[in-house]
Amino acid sequence: MAKVTIDDITIEVPDGTTILEAARMIGPHVAPPTMCYYSKLKGTGGYCRTCIVKVEQGSEKDPRPMPKPVASCRTTVMDGMVVRNNTSPEIQEARAGITELLLINHPLDCPVCDQAGECHLQDLAFDHGKVKTRYEFERRTFTPQDIGDNVKLHMNRCILCYRCVKTCDQITDGRVHGVINRGDHAEISTYISNAIDNDFSGNIIDVCPVGALTDKTFRFKSRVWFTNPQEAHRDCDKCCGKVTLWTKGTDVLRVTARKDAFGEVEAFICNTCRFEKKQLSDWTIDGPRKVDHKSVISANHYQVKEAPKYLYDRVKLLNQGLDLPEVKDNK
Amino acid sequence: MLTLSNRKKVMEQEKLSFSEKLYLPVIAKGLLITIKHLFKRKATIKYPEQTREFAKVYRGHHVLKRDEQGRENCTACGLCAVACPAEAITIVAAERKPGEEHLYREEKYAASYDINMLRCIFCGLCEEACPKDAIYLTDRIVETEYEREDFIYGKDKLVEKIDQRIDVSKRKIKSEFYQPIKN
Repeated sequence: MAKVTIDDITIEVPDGTTILEAARMIGPHVAPPTMCYYSKLKGTGGYCRTCIVKVEQGSEKDPRPMPKPVASCRTTVMDGMVVRNNTSPEIQEARAGITELLLINHPLDCPVCDQAGECHLQDLAFDHGKVKTRYEFERRTFTPQDIGDNVKLHMNRCILCYRCVKTCDQITDGRVHGVINRGDHAEISTYISNAIDNDFSGNIIDVCPVGALTDKTFRFKSRVWFTNPQEAHRDCDKCCGKVTLWTKGTDVLRVTARKDAFGEVEAFICNTCRFEKKQLSDWTIDGPRKVDHKSVISANHYQVKEAPKYLYDRVKLLNQGLDLPEVKDNK
Repeated sequence: MLTLSNRKKVMEQEKLSFSEKLYLPVIAKGLLITIKHLFKRKATIKYPEQTREFAKVYRGHHVLKRDEQGRENCTACGLCAVACPAEAITIVAAERKPGEEHLYREEKYAASYDINMLRCIFCGLCEEACPKDAIYLTDRIVETEYEREDFIYGKDKLVEKIDQRIDVSKRKIKSEFYQPIKN
């Protein structure tokens, strides 16, 4: 076990844990933002550098600080390590620089993009981004492309996090999806536009931190903040069948996997659940999805305050035709 | 008689003098005021032949703007609807098809855009939320109707005609601290 202090909060974690995982164990308010790291996939992380932290003390035995900010998703903890993330102005400044780099080629088409409202890059830019861009050159542009029948690829918006590539590598067998070319020309492709016909290929939509890969069955149907997210499940022979339904009235507009506090899916779901079961009768509703009150998705969603329990008891007595007891304390 | 509060005042009407009993001086005084007002500037105007100038900040009938090439600016992002405190705006989005580039500026457009003028409180938050310069409140008055349904304004009443542009330059003057975000 190693004792590590992140933002003045000390926690004991098993050896070999990364700083990021240790920060996530403390809670989402301490954890650094991630664009490419995905705990459910192997080998992710290290590309985007948004999760950089300052290591003030390397370990108990060697208390020297690390000379540069380190990527917390790739650095394991040492006993007695002291890490600063949100409490370090230096790191906040460095993260603002990284955000600016990520946004260099990213178009400002949030009003059009279906991911707006649940986009990790949007959140990052909101927290760390600058109002104006300093980039003076042409942004690289691509025409939107269909990947299979149900996925739309907007290469303009891609930040090359490689999450979708790792998903195809690890979740599906027989990879038909990867990155071609290098550097500024790098591009997600399916190798000569091969359609992905795998049962779990739809998960690339959920892992995409931006709106590069979007659901074609949901394309321009509604904005996420006008939909009503509900947890639901069904018996599926391929996956766990536990999903989030994004409904409007009685229509199921979109089905996604359930996501945790860090925006990662709890369990990958199959394409049948995601794209084909668009009837409320296909699903058993478990209840409303908890949405952070700071999120735009919770805008204009009013919570119904539940009546106190004693009122229910009185109604029950009334229905049975019994006399009502006097109310002593109506708290 | 003693009153409970001891604050009671007995009012007595004074007797009128001879000149007051005649009433004529008071009538003449009143007439003088009437005659004086004949030569003063009138407080009213002859509406609808004449109209008054509106205040610069007047917020009335909305307009959905087009750009210089006549394409609709609105991209159905839904920010106006989510900003609307009265929930008066309903938008249905659609994807632009090839060949419609001269009609809509962006890939997505509002297939229908409804404002319920009975719900609208003319606060101007939709205008403030709009990232595409699409919606503005103008100095036009919302007309009276007989049916409630007629107050739900669709795109036919909101989008400006290509040959009859509506001037919103007054609404575009922002404070000195306002910096527009450029692409």
